[in-house]
Amino acid sequence: MTLNLTDQQRRIVAYSIPVLAVFAALLFGAIMLLLLGANPIEGYSEMFIGAFGSGDALIATILRATPLLFVGTGIVIAFRANVINIGAEGQMVLGGLFTVMAALYLPSMPSLIMIPLVLLAGVIGGGLWGFIPGWLKAYLKVNEILSTIMLNIVAVQLMSYLLRGPLIDPQEIERGTRIPQSARLPESSDLPMLFGSDRLHIGWLLAVLCAVATYYLLWRTPFGFRLRAVGLNEHAARYAGIPVRRTITMALTLSGALAGLAGAVLVAGSESHRMFSDGSTLGFTGGAGFNGIVAALLGGLHPLWTIASSLLFGGLIVGGQALQRAVQVPSALIVALNGLVVVFVVAADRYRTMLLTTDGRDQQIIDEGSMHGGEDATALGSVYDPAPKGTHSYDNEDL
Amino acid sequence: MTDRSSPILEMKGITKRFPGVLANDNVDFDVYPGEVHTLLGENGAGKSTLVKILYGLYPADEGEVLIDGEVVSLDSPTDAIEHGVGMIHQHFMLVPTLTVAENVSLGLKSSRGALTDLKAVSERILELSNEYGLDLDPSAVVWQLSVGERQRVEIIKALYRDARLLILDEPTAVLTPQEVDQLFVTLRKLTDDGRGLIFISHKLHEVLALSTRITVLRRGAVTGQIPVEGATRESLANMMVGRAVKLTPDKLPAEPGEIALKVQDLIVMGDRGVIAVDGLNLSVRRGEILGIAGVSGNGQRELAETIAGLRQSESGTIEVAGIDVTGARPRKIRDAGLAYVPEERMREGAIGDFTVWENLLLIDYSSPEYLRSGFFKFGAIKEHSQDLVDTFDIRTPSLETSCGSLSGGNIQKVIMARELSSSPTVLVASQPTRGVDIGAAEYIHRRLIDTRNELTDAEFIHAKLIEHRNACTAILMISEDLDEIFGLSDRVAVIYEGKIMGIVDPETATREEVGLMMAGITTTNA
Repeated sequence: MTLNLTDQQRRIVAYSIPVLAVFAALLFGAIMLLLLGANPIEGYSEMFIGAFGSGDALIATILRATPLLFVGTGIVIAFRANVINIGAEGQMVLGGLFTVMAALYLPSMPSLIMIPLVLLAGVIGGGLWGFIPGWLKAYLKVNEILSTIMLNIVAVQLMSYLLRGPLIDPQEIERGTRIPQSARLPESSDLPMLFGSDRLHIGWLLAVLCAVATYYLLWRTPFGFRLRAVGLNEHAARYAGIPVRRTITMALTLSGALAGLAGAVLVAGSESHRMFSDGSTLGFTGGAGFNGIVAALLGGLHPLWTIASSLLFGGLIVGGQALQRAVQVPSALIVALNGLVVVFVVAADRYRTMLLTTDGRDQQIIDEGSMHGGEDATALGSVYDPAPKGTHSYDNEDL
Repeated sequence: MTDRSSPILEMKGITKRFPGVLANDNVDFDVYPGEVHTLLGENGAGKSTLVKILYGLYPADEGEVLIDGEVVSLDSPTDAIEHGVGMIHQHFMLVPTLTVAENVSLGLKSSRGALTDLKAVSERILELSNEYGLDLDPSAVVWQLSVGERQRVEIIKALYRDARLLILDEPTAVLTPQEVDQLFVTLRKLTDDGRGLIFISHKLHEVLALSTRITVLRRGAVTGQIPVEGATRESLANMMVGRAVKLTPDKLPAEPGEIALKVQDLIVMGDRGVIAVDGLNLSVRRGEILGIAGVSGNGQRELAETIAGLRQSESGTIEVAGIDVTGARPRKIRDAGLAYVPEERMREGAIGDFTVWENLLLIDYSSPEYLRSGFFKFGAIKEHSQDLVDTFDIRTPSLETSCGSLSGGNIQKVIMARELSSSPTVLVASQPTRGVDIGAAEYIHRRLIDTRNELTDAEFIHAKLIEHRNACTAILMISEDLDEIFGLSDRVAVIYEGKIMGIVDPETATREEVGLMMAGITTTNA
């Protein structure tokens, strides 16, 4: 594809590709809606209104987006270090449990001190659940995908045990109902509300702050530099004297810490102000530990774009429920629609990277053969393989 | 003898475009039976593209290929093989765990249907092997064979498929001088039989020794097609580059100072758990270049990595600038004064997806001069990077360009700039100009000390190495390129099976002498 575009135009086209991909996915979803006998235009407008059409809708979307953004930001950190963290669910659970314990066992304190402390407890819990697989990967070469998934399972059992045993609400024992949930946390740990709303707490603000801070961390500090260097080429990083193992451990710890913070906010910002278990992580996290990965990928593994993508996914979830109610389609369709968005965005990403890199002017003749290690590594090799990890390169592009 | 008056192969008006690059520009090329037609040119000149078109790996945009006078369409290597084209790849395409006979029969129909016919294959291999002096045992397992033997398996593979036209893509790159001689004997037997050979190399003395005709490519176009008679190294280099090239750099005699790098009784295990460096001793003084010559795989890589702290030694000591750094972390060894230009630049030396400035910062990223309260001072960083880009004449559209999109020579200059910017006491440079153009598509204008020179990438890297040697850096240069070794080194150490076979003076030693030592044969005066 040889389009004659200026840099500026090329960049605009490139950045509109993910948006177009979302539209393409919705178009595909429209066909499914038609097949189910529903009116897609009506359905989608209900969906949009349900997600963004009113103050309440917007708040619901933001509340859904909050854990996605925390987790997504953590995923950005891990993936940028080339560490695949699938354990955000478990890290959220640990964050929640630590928050519950801090809130219940700490002496009573004013909110101003209490809230930071319970959130910090969540950070520590999630961080611990990230540190373990991080350390195992860095020092014992344990595959982090396996270990993080397995730790999700451990986290669920730990949650069930604690919420049925030591942390169970004493009233549940008195009443004999024994529902696995904690006592109501002290009011001093309730998250403050924004704009006088009775639902919208400071969690979203905190998440946006974390995303911005992560952007600075990754692109403006030596630590972030090290982390990205390790993620892109571990060997070269090691050759340059960068402590690779420590960096990998730190990346997964930080990633877990942010997921833990998501769990803490879910607990301290919940309407019941307690943590309960339905025997799986999903009941507590709402799947944010997995959906956050998708939000991060859709955001091009860039923390600031992840703010937008988490809102989009929050909107899809909330709006999807409205769509379901409005045109009477099965909930499976909503799940399928989310999946379609992901597939389209990821598939379209190749074109975006191509547009940003197949720029004849930037492209010098690449060595024939030898240097890129492959048999067919001629000029072709570099042109068609711009992002070897299949991820993204928004990097230092201005937003 | 077959009819030698009509060509086996004619390629007419071949044009091939890649995005932003004209790889082949209206190239005419032919091969007659019984001749060695050499394709000569820099990296990126279009040699590999041309033979890949012939081997069915790329379609040509324009032009036609005729074999035995008939237009053929070559859409895959299978087509090419059917038309009698064989290719000996630079990287061998063999399954290491299979025997020679099994490798040869891979992909061929068996005469016994679903069952293998290895016995028949083995017999034929022995026949071919005797006929051409290839000396191969069909039942040997490939991973046990030497590099030279593996290459002969590739040749057998092609002959077994009845190739009349053989493409040899840099076949000598991995061989010792003696193995090269043996290969040439085999190749001459093949041409005596009326086969045609296409030889790709940029080692000029080999080209002159083997070729019948030489076609020189530059930037995708043919710049000359001449018979070997009357051609000289200088004339060929001039055709490749388009101007006179200095094949050996000028340098003043060394003035070695105190010992800066000292390796004693070093024993290091290789990746396969066998001893790679075997009780090695060497020392490099400030202000000298010690060249390590040897066929790759004789412990060079392990030696360099151990010095840089990337590999642990079993025993022995390493001192950098008088400090014992045995077993220390890479960062600590760097702090002691070591800089390291690794062998594989894209894997170990640079981060392809990082920008030029990020790659230049890879070592100094936490230096206080680039930080203000913990955050990068981009102004200072970019200024420093721009300085390095200017000093090392790194050809890049901008500092923000990703390093991986630069040419090999420019990537190497990025690495050199980064490593030398710390004014190291010791520099370990592995294969500093491998894959870098000896004469390049782009010229480098640069004022050096007192001359105004136009230098190619490789010349420039060599000049930089000598500049730093003159500035009292101790340089350990590991190279498989004997021209480079003889041209730059003040002393030459030859490594064989993890030991230094001897140290010679490049002014007085001959290539043959060094070649024998590279093959493990000690000469008396070494």
